[in-house]
Amino acid sequence: MKKRSIVPYGPQHPVLPEPVHLDLVIEDEKIIEAVPSIGFVHRGLESLTAKRDFNQMVYVTERVCGICSFGHGFGYCEAVEDIMDIEVPERAKYLRTIWFELSRMHSHFLWLGLLADGFGFENLFYQCWRIREKILDVLSLTTGGRVIFSVNKIGGVMRDITPEMAVAISEMLTSVRKELKDIVPIFMEDASVKRRLVGVGVLSKEQAHELGCAGPFARASGIEIDMRKLGYAAYKDLDFDIITSNTGDSYGRCYVRINEIFQSIDIIRQALGKLPDTELAAVVKGNPKGESFIRIEQPRGEAIYYVRANGSPHLDRMRVRTPTFANLAGLCETLKGADYADVGLLILTIDPCISCTER
Amino acid sequence: MSEEKNISENTGIDDNKAAKNKCVIEEIDHRDLLKKAIEMKRQGYRLSQACAAYAEGKLELSYSFADDNNYGYTTLRLVIDKETEIISLTEIIPYAAFYENEMKELFGVNIHMIEPDYKNKLYRITKETPFIPKEAE
Amino acid sequence: MAIMNFVPTALKNLFLKPVTTSYPLEPAEYPERSRGHIRISIDDCIGCGMCTRACPSGALSVNKNAGTWEINRFDCVVCGYCVEKCPKKCLFMEKGYRTPDTQKATETFTKSPEVLAAEEAKRKEAAEKAAAAKAAMAAKKAAEETKK
Repeated sequence: MKKRSIVPYGPQHPVLPEPVHLDLVIEDEKIIEAVPSIGFVHRGLESLTAKRDFNQMVYVTERVCGICSFGHGFGYCEAVEDIMDIEVPERAKYLRTIWFELSRMHSHFLWLGLLADGFGFENLFYQCWRIREKILDVLSLTTGGRVIFSVNKIGGVMRDITPEMAVAISEMLTSVRKELKDIVPIFMEDASVKRRLVGVGVLSKEQAHELGCAGPFARASGIEIDMRKLGYAAYKDLDFDIITSNTGDSYGRCYVRINEIFQSIDIIRQALGKLPDTELAAVVKGNPKGESFIRIEQPRGEAIYYVRANGSPHLDRMRVRTPTFANLAGLCETLKGADYADVGLLILTIDPCISCTER
Repeated sequence: MSEEKNISENTGIDDNKAAKNKCVIEEIDHRDLLKKAIEMKRQGYRLSQACAAYAEGKLELSYSFADDNNYGYTTLRLVIDKETEIISLTEIIPYAAFYENEMKELFGVNIHMIEPDYKNKLYRITKETPFIPKEAE
Repeated sequence: MAIMNFVPTALKNLFLKPVTTSYPLEPAEYPERSRGHIRISIDDCIGCGMCTRACPSGALSVNKNAGTWEINRFDCVVCGYCVEKCPKKCLFMEKGYRTPDTQKATETFTKSPEVLAAEEAKRKEAAEKAAAAKAAMAAKKAAEETKK
């Protein structure tokens, strides 16, 4: 006789990095259904457009989230620049790309650490975060902040990467690459790790498309989609492939993210080699009028920035659609049929960022 | 607005890649929403976001569909009054529920038959329709 | 499938120096660009109020007549927008983070007495000039009227 019960999971749970709540309908140890609810950290940042002008909103959007901070500021600036028809100087585009990829790297290292923590490999978690610290050091050297850089402004960037800093970045990349190579076999080949990842939370390609998944979560299911291929900022001049996996399970998601770190290292190297010598920012005059949708690839997936401006300093609407919002439906699907013990791990595999999601 | 966007989409051949990050906005009647959405879905498009905006006393709903094979992006735009009834898309696109609940809660958009309906408790806020400015009520 | 392939890494870690610094005993080092806190060189401030209007979190206030500049360090998000906006470039981003405190308080900077006195003198001079100009205008007008 199977027994059905409902287990509330979160928002405070040792394995959850962020406040998401799930009502799990379980039958013995198997999940039958998961009903997510969010809303614990809604701060109404989007409605701040009524009180802050469009220049100040850059700083507000950067503070939507602590990890994808740079991407938010960047996406918002792109949207306003699109409305105002500002041609961003080439150097600024390249600098943005470099910082964006650095933030992708540190976000993926953070995720790898959390994943290791999620499947109970505490020591591996320390390894990942130790490597991540090197990236944060370089970020703080070049921008002044460890995770919130505040280097974006409408029309360009505020700070430059000097030749000495470029050397520091490239040295960091070399050592990070070496250290990452040391821990990759542990994630990809270790028997105990594989037992927690392989075949857990499988999402087929059709399901992933049907549920509108985004980012590494969708790529792990074989969907070849990467917003960087849209060619914003300097990505149009850089050479990179979309990394996908066909397994669709947690192992595939881990594979995609690890390889994206290597890819980011490569992209930064290319960008540093091509860094053009121009101004840092274009002159911005007047107020925006019009509307724009901008899609960018955040570390967690496709993020959408919608700005609607009416010609006054205060925007009508600023909206951020974060990748986690799109991946919630996919998460619930992967949870169906999973073991109760895997729930924490599966929530981690979408790399949830609930603070972004609720804004 | 949609004409403007179409023009900017065709700026030169070299610029083709940069122009990819452009959105085509198609204004439709709110009664056609379901029909259009089914059409989009049949073409293999993915609902990538839906959001509302409030301007000049009207609600503007944007349902954006992404064509992942060609990186195309189309937005269905509905301009409606606050009272106008909208049929939910959750019947054909289940995960639209999050977006629709959000629109309903923050803007008070009159959306019917959302499944599941969070009954204005998606975000745990006490204020009703916080994104509609006070003077409009 | 490999078993126990973390062992080499773990063994290596045993013989490596710690990667962390023993912070209170050793000082923390910040890079030159680090956004720690805002400093003002108050005597150069002209009290225009650009920084208060720019501040996204409303942490700043300026009193032109009293020659003071106030910052609520707990509201400040250290974004650096005021530093960029300041027309006299008298605001600086310094390294070193704010220390914790038990209660919220604003920090007030007042201009030095000499600068205040000099400004006061300037203002008086300007006021006198204006008064003189006004008197001259009035006299001119009166003269024109008498001509008529």
